[in-house]
Amino acid sequence: MTDAAPAAAPAADTVIDVRDVHYEIGGRPIFTGLTLTARRGRITAIMGPSGTGKTTLLRLITAQVSATRGQVLAFGTDVATLGQQAVYELRQRMGMLFQNGALLTDLSVFENVAFPVREHTDLPEPLIRKLVLTKLQAVGLRGAAGLMPGELSGGMARRVALARAIVMDPEVLIYDEPFVGLDPISLGVIQRLIKQMNQALGITSIVVSHDVQELSAIADDSYLLSGGVVAAAGPPAQLRASDSAAVRQFMTGSADGPVPFHYPAPDYLAQLLADE
Amino acid sequence: MSDGSFLGAGVRRLGATAIFFGRLLAQCVPSLARPRLIVAQIYNTGARSLIIIMLSGLFVGMVLGLQGFQLLQRFGSEDFLGSAAALGLLKELGPVVTALLFAGRAGTALTSEIGLMRATDQLTAMEMMAVDPMRYVAAPRFLGGIIAMPLLTAIFGVIGLFGAQLIGVQLMGVDTGVFWSQTQSAVGLRDVTEGLVKSLVFGTACSLVAVYEGYNAEPTAAGVGLATTRTVVASSVLTLLLDYVLTAAFL
Repeated sequence: MTDAAPAAAPAADTVIDVRDVHYEIGGRPIFTGLTLTARRGRITAIMGPSGTGKTTLLRLITAQVSATRGQVLAFGTDVATLGQQAVYELRQRMGMLFQNGALLTDLSVFENVAFPVREHTDLPEPLIRKLVLTKLQAVGLRGAAGLMPGELSGGMARRVALARAIVMDPEVLIYDEPFVGLDPISLGVIQRLIKQMNQALGITSIVVSHDVQELSAIADDSYLLSGGVVAAAGPPAQLRASDSAAVRQFMTGSADGPVPFHYPAPDYLAQLLADE
Repeated sequence: MSDGSFLGAGVRRLGATAIFFGRLLAQCVPSLARPRLIVAQIYNTGARSLIIIMLSGLFVGMVLGLQGFQLLQRFGSEDFLGSAAALGLLKELGPVVTALLFAGRAGTALTSEIGLMRATDQLTAMEMMAVDPMRYVAAPRFLGGIIAMPLLTAIFGVIGLFGAQLIGVQLMGVDTGVFWSQTQSAVGLRDVTEGLVKSLVFGTACSLVAVYEGYNAEPTAAGVGLATTRTVVASSVLTLLLDYVLTAAFL
């Protein structure tokens, strides 16, 4: 893949455009020519087995790290060319939900949600109060405003973090493994919220996860990462019906397939009998 | 590691700390616009270290009174106990022992707190909300430490002198009037300045080390533990080293 091909016709509604990105950590290649796009107002799922660099991709999109080759465009701008100030301006248009919520532990739920507002605006206190309560109401936790992050369950912490992520009305919301370690009820709640944020507020959503079933139910587009490139792309249903055995194994969660159940080892019988 | 020599690693760490120091200083000015955060940190590092500082000051002073009296008595000059104790506390023991205690009590707390914030993505979350954690987290803690240290040192000195007086005058029978007049005549502005400058320098060094180690801790349980240990070791050695340099400079 080259730069020229995808650059030729970027769709008008492309918000995040990753073009032929190469990236390595400590000499180990993570991406070798990754190309994908996220379109306005849609939920884009990025799936892949653990260790395929899904979180690294989010770090690239949010300009926390920069690619060794290739470009990452957000709202049409190459994020690698931005200075500190411009990166902060870019991030104000994005919200990010971390795996464990990443709430500030010394602030209450209310203050956590109010934090970005207080830092970036000079709104009067009554207005901040209304704004924060509205966002907490949207995630169903208005009643928990006075609690400290330590008093919340994992699912609640993630919902508070979601309220914090949308309080500045971002255009793009990025979810990093939103389903990990949740009970079925919390999982359903988060799933519903992702859908709701997308439909009600028209927020472009990028969801990174390896929970295929949960993600398939809500995603409009999906990408399956493997070996540093996009192994398959398309709507979730299309991926499940893929010709590729590797894609099918991941989508259906089979224990054995192109990714073998057994770690490479010498012959079983020979090794067992070797001690005799 | 490309060149794993002990010296190479040391120089690299020193360079990284210097760069961090520069970034930190640059964020200190905008951080002054949020005095509430700094006051909270002065309470955190200063007020919460008060008990240990006062208790240690009392005992250091009492030991000074005991040892000083024994020594001075040999030359029949136990009347000078007040000046010996005051100068010792003001110029050396006060700033140094306070800094060592500060590193153990407040420095470790700072490092593990910031390290845990790193490990739980709180610092990254701030960056994602377009808030610089250097400004919001690191700078107020650094400034709080610098302000707290001279205050703690002063309290340590006062309590220490009281301890020396307690032993020298109340127990060993040195005359009260002589003790205090000797103290008053021996201590000059220069000595107070030396103590103040030392405590400010130690405060800067210990706070810098604590914040740096926490900020750059590996985001795991083991990494935060290691960073905390390094804070104590580096702060202590740095304090004693700087103490020698400053003492030589003030002579």
